[in-house]
Amino acid sequence: MSFVPEVLWTDALIWLLVFACTFFALHVVRTPVLRSSWHTVLERPMGMASLVVLGVFVVIGLADSLHYRTRLDNGQLDVEVKSILDRALVQLKQHTERTYSAPLATHAQARETIEKPNGGQAREKPRLQFGGAHLADPEKEWTGDVLIRMASGLSYGLIASIGFVCLLTLTLNAFWRCGISHAFSRLWRPQDKDPAWRSLMLSSFLLLLVSGIIFSLADGYHVLGTDKVGQDVLFQTMKSIRTGLVIGTLTTLVTLPVAIGLGLLAGYFRGWIDDVIQYVYTTLNSIPWVLLVAAAVLIVQVFIEQNESSFSSVAQRADVRLLALCVIIGLTGWTGLARLLRAETLKLRELDYVTAARAFGVSGPRILLRHILPNVQHLILISIVMDFSGLVLAEAILSYVGVGVDPVMNSWGNMINAARLELAREPVVWWPLVAAFSLMFALVLAANLFADVVRDAFDPRAAGSSGANS
Amino acid sequence: MIRYFLRRVLYAFPILVGVNLITFFLFFVVNTPDNMARIHLGVKHVTPEAIQQWKAEHGYDRPLFLNRERSGFDSVTDTLFVDRSQKLFSFDFGKADDGRDIARDIKTRMWPSLAIALPAFIVGLMVNITFALLIIFYRGTRLEYAGVVGLIALMSISGLFYIIAGQYFIAKLWQWLPISGFGEGINAYRFILLPVLVSVVSGIGSGARWYRTIFLEEIGKDYVRTARAKGLSELRVLFRHVLKNGMIPVLTGAVVVLPLLFTGSLVTESFFGIPGLGSYTIDAIRSQDFAIVQAMVFLGSVLYIIGLLLTDISYTLVDPRVKLS
Repeated sequence: MSFVPEVLWTDALIWLLVFACTFFALHVVRTPVLRSSWHTVLERPMGMASLVVLGVFVVIGLADSLHYRTRLDNGQLDVEVKSILDRALVQLKQHTERTYSAPLATHAQARETIEKPNGGQAREKPRLQFGGAHLADPEKEWTGDVLIRMASGLSYGLIASIGFVCLLTLTLNAFWRCGISHAFSRLWRPQDKDPAWRSLMLSSFLLLLVSGIIFSLADGYHVLGTDKVGQDVLFQTMKSIRTGLVIGTLTTLVTLPVAIGLGLLAGYFRGWIDDVIQYVYTTLNSIPWVLLVAAAVLIVQVFIEQNESSFSSVAQRADVRLLALCVIIGLTGWTGLARLLRAETLKLRELDYVTAARAFGVSGPRILLRHILPNVQHLILISIVMDFSGLVLAEAILSYVGVGVDPVMNSWGNMINAARLELAREPVVWWPLVAAFSLMFALVLAANLFADVVRDAFDPRAAGSSGANS
Repeated sequence: MIRYFLRRVLYAFPILVGVNLITFFLFFVVNTPDNMARIHLGVKHVTPEAIQQWKAEHGYDRPLFLNRERSGFDSVTDTLFVDRSQKLFSFDFGKADDGRDIARDIKTRMWPSLAIALPAFIVGLMVNITFALLIIFYRGTRLEYAGVVGLIALMSISGLFYIIAGQYFIAKLWQWLPISGFGEGINAYRFILLPVLVSVVSGIGSGARWYRTIFLEEIGKDYVRTARAKGLSELRVLFRHVLKNGMIPVLTGAVVVLPLLFTGSLVTESFFGIPGLGSYTIDAIRSQDFAIVQAMVFLGSVLYIIGLLLTDISYTLVDPRVKLS
């Protein structure tokens, strides 16, 4: 059995984005002004903690963006496209039950008619095939087993946390060259202008402990239960992370060139160029956003149906639709940033240094690139991080309206949409909804807090106005 | 003033034409009139004559943008696009695919939408402003920090969660209010309460946070310091002086959405089964009824442009320093 890498469109773009971010990070390290701004982000406990949480989401998303197919024994490629994350969570993926079961349950949720060994029939809840299958007598052993697993998960988490602190101390010691004990104490009592190490460690501890508990329980149970077709809900929510991240980031990749280009042009050249660009964005703005996206998505849907044969797998088809969704949201969502940049450029173009550049005979495009763009980049950065969370939330709404991602793709919107009517069942099935909402909440909250800190660090005007960092 | 008004109205015209152009393009790329006819007549036993007849009945028997059979100016004007646009501009929305009169549907469905959206808007505005001012009152303390983080947490929760949780707890578990539906006359309030409550709560996070930044800008100004120097209590300063001046940007910002209240909220209405314009639009998207969608897009754009106009006028009304030219 051999592996053949499979690069989906969004995979390629995501890795391109990672590459671009690395490049940007190097640029930041080399530029003193940017470096000090980012340093203030890291000095804030809230900034550091949200960065850690976002980092975990990004790592999971990236692991889910390395796809491959296996070559079967007969030499043909498997139809299923898998990712590294699928492989890591293979146990969760393969342990499917028949239908609904509650979190950590040992029995299915609903009663079924079961043939007794002595020939009679009885209505009872059947044992699950995998959840708690190692218990001989679930009624008596369940509590003890769950507690033991939680304790062992907690201790794994503790060991990992201690390892993490040791590693951090050693790294910083190599950096500061002040002796290990000194480095260790400086971690807990940061000096002035130190990054918020304590916040970094506390948030990592919390994450390590929680994931320790979850994974040691997941070994024998369905931690978040199973859905209608018996799939593990924990697995689905983890797979949905990538969809949320892709929509939040790739959309911005589409928005940026349009918004920056048109915003700067309108503000700098004014006159008829400004009129045309203003006309375009007022028109786009006046169409209700959901209707605009809905119409565009319907087009893509028809297009995909007509070219069904050119996709070699379901994953490819879903991926193209996801990419199309990003492009559509991006092409309809650039107006806000463009308006902001236009207003700022109108102000900047009258400043002395721009007038001086013009007097020296510097050409228009060059002034835009060298003198205007660097001075609006904080606005661009702030709008990127602020838009991210809104986009993740928008995916759920669009999936509800029926114009979101492909129905076969794992996404929080699809999970919510599928689970919406389950609250009306008796007994109630609440876990898929709670799982989807809480993971979405964790990602969006981290992104919003991070955006708040970034805005304070980069926008001199808003500095000090936000209490979240004081 | 009147000249300014006229110019803005004239400026609105090309925008509405552009809106129509976009909706036309988007919908007819997906759905050629032939396809629409096939969907409505059923897939089986469709003869080309039947399709032609359906298209003639519903007015789809002309080319979209360019009529090659006619010459000169008529080749552009005798098309589906110009015909439809002309009718839209005279607010003649025509008939939906199931034969109902769209203009009448809109007139009857407007009121349930407004019954939800207007109270939600007003109560939401008051609640958000109160929260914003309270957080400012406690500025510099841990309470402010908690308040701001709380607002960020509130705005990080998906709007769908508020709706689903509200329906589950208030309507299903505690049975205080009906889950969904709409009633006539005085009984309608029972159906209105829950959607309004959900809309207000889901708007607190972003709304109060936004108003907080507006009021914070006011608080550094000289007149506030004077008011404090007079010995007024901080609460009085906030709720009398700062509130009054801060209302200028708050109100002018809110005016733009006022006309759009008529079209209601897509998601809220379809979750709560309100027979308003929002659910009307969602149903039309799902059944691909082009006439309704185009009418709703047109209506939405007109209301948006009216909102922009009202914003400008409200600036001059509340702030005599602003002059329109």
